[in-house]
Amino acid sequence: MNPLSALGHATLELCREVGRLGVFGKNAVLNVFAPPFYLNQIARQMLRIGYNSLPVVGLTAFFTGGVLALQIWIGSTRFNAESIVASIVALGITRELGPVIAGLMVAGRVSAAIAAEIATMRVSEQIDALVTLSTDPFKYLIVPRIIAAVMGLPLLVALADSIGVMGGYAVATWSLGFNSSVYIRNTVDFLRPDDVISGLIKAAVFGFIIALMGCYHGYYSHGGAQGVGKATTNAVVSASILILSANYALTSLLFSS
Amino acid sequence: MPQKPHIALKNVHKHFGAKTVLDGVDLTLERGRSLVVIGSSGSGKSVLLKCILGLLCADAGGITVDGAEMVGIHGREHRKILAKCGVLFQGGALFDSLTVWQNVAFGLIHAKGIAAGQAREIALEKLAQVGLDGAVGGLSPAELSGGMQKRVALARAISCNPDIMFFDEPTSGLDPIMADVIDRLIVDCVERLGATAVSITHDMASVRRIADRIAMLYKGHIIWEGAAEDMDDSGNAYVKQFINARAQGPISADRFGP
Repeated sequence: MNPLSALGHATLELCREVGRLGVFGKNAVLNVFAPPFYLNQIARQMLRIGYNSLPVVGLTAFFTGGVLALQIWIGSTRFNAESIVASIVALGITRELGPVIAGLMVAGRVSAAIAAEIATMRVSEQIDALVTLSTDPFKYLIVPRIIAAVMGLPLLVALADSIGVMGGYAVATWSLGFNSSVYIRNTVDFLRPDDVISGLIKAAVFGFIIALMGCYHGYYSHGGAQGVGKATTNAVVSASILILSANYALTSLLFSS
Repeated sequence: MPQKPHIALKNVHKHFGAKTVLDGVDLTLERGRSLVVIGSSGSGKSVLLKCILGLLCADAGGITVDGAEMVGIHGREHRKILAKCGVLFQGGALFDSLTVWQNVAFGLIHAKGIAAGQAREIALEKLAQVGLDGAVGGLSPAELSGGMQKRVALARAISCNPDIMFFDEPTSGLDPIMADVIDRLIVDCVERLGATAVSITHDMASVRRIADRIAMLYKGHIIWEGAAEDMDDSGNAYVKQFINARAQGPISADRFGP
C-alpha cells in the first residue's frame, strides 16, 4: 500500500475510534441518570472493583509510602532538612501517588477484567441475548460498572492514602530513627483538606476512565478468543495512558490557583 | 381472505464492507407457522435472523414483525416488539454470572417486572417443561452439559410465553439423540404456545422434524421456498444437493476460497 494511503487510513481509523469512544462516553454518562437502576449490579460491581482490589492497592500503597520516606530522607539529609520527610510523604501520597498508583493498579486488575467479561459476553452472544430479553445492555452492563468505579475508587484511594502514610511512618520510625509522635504531628499539621480532596477528585476521574475503557473495548470486541485478548490489552494500555494524561491535566487544573 | 403475515421481509440487503451477505431477501410467514431457513455455513442465515430481530440493521429493504417495522428500530419500540419474542441462541448465550433459574427468570424480572419469588416459581415450571429437575435451578450454567444448556436456553426463550420464537442452530454441537430431544421440545413448546417460529439450521434431520415451511438461502438470495413436504420434490438442483449432502453439484465446496 502506498504510504500516504496507509497514513490516511490510519488517521481515519483514529478519528472513527475517537468519535465512537466519545459517543460511548456520552451515552454512559447520560444513562447514569436514567432509570431503570440495577442496584444489585451496582453493589456487586462495587464489591469487585473496590473491596476486591483492596489487598493489591493496600500493599502497593504501603511500600510506595515506605520507599518515598526513604528517598526523601536520603535527599533531605544532604541539606539537613530531615524534618520535612513526614510532610512530603503525606503530601506526595495524598496528592499524587495514592490516586495514581491506585488508579494504575486498578486499571491493570479491573479494566482488564471488565473488558474480558464484556468481550466474552459479546462473542458468546450474551449481549444479544440481553437485548432480546428487552434489557438495555448499556444500562445493565455499562452503567453499574461506571457508577461502581466512580464511587469505589475514591474510597479505595482514601484507604490507600492512609496505608501509604503508614508505610512512610513505619520506615521512618523503625529504620530511620524518627520520633513517632513528632512524625505524626508533622504529618497532621502539614496536611490540608484540599490535599486529600484533590486526590479523591482525581480518583473519581480515574475510576471513570478505568470503567469506560474496560467497557468500551469489551463492548466493541470481535473475533473470538483473539478479540477478547485484544480488548483486554487495549483496555489496560488505554486506561493507563489516559490516567497519566488526566493526572497532569487535573493537577494543572486543581492546583493552578 | 388471506391472513396478514406475522413476519415479512421485502428486498432486504445487508453488506459488511465490500461483502454482500443478503442481496434482496423476500420472505413471508403467517401466524402460527414454523419456517426453517436452510443454507450452507456462511450463507448469511444468522445475519438474516439478527436483521429480523433488529440486532443488526438491514442496509435496505423492509422487515416487519407483528406489524412493526424492524429496520432502524431502537429503544422502547424495539424492546416492546422483543418482549413478544423468544430467542434460542446457537451457543445458548446463558449468562455466566447468574444461576440457571436466574437465567430463565431474567426476562420475567427485567422485562415483565415480575417479583423475584414469583419469577423463580415460573422459571422452575419452565425448566420442568423442558425436562429439567428443579435441583438444576441453583447450578451455574458452566456446571451443565451442552444438551442441558440448550434446554435451559429453551426454557429461557419460552419463559415469557412469546408469540414469536427464533431458533439459531438449535441442534448444533449435540449428539443425534439430544438433537432429537431438543427438536421435540421445540415442536412441543411452539405448539403449546401457538407461536410463530423461525429457525435456521443446516441439520436436515432437524429441519424435517420442526418445519412447516422451508426456505433455502444461497449467496444472499432465497433460491427456493415451499412446504416441508415438497422439499424432496423441489426440482431445485441446489436444494437437492444440500438435502442429499453431496459435494458434487451447483454449490461449490470451495465457495469461500480465495
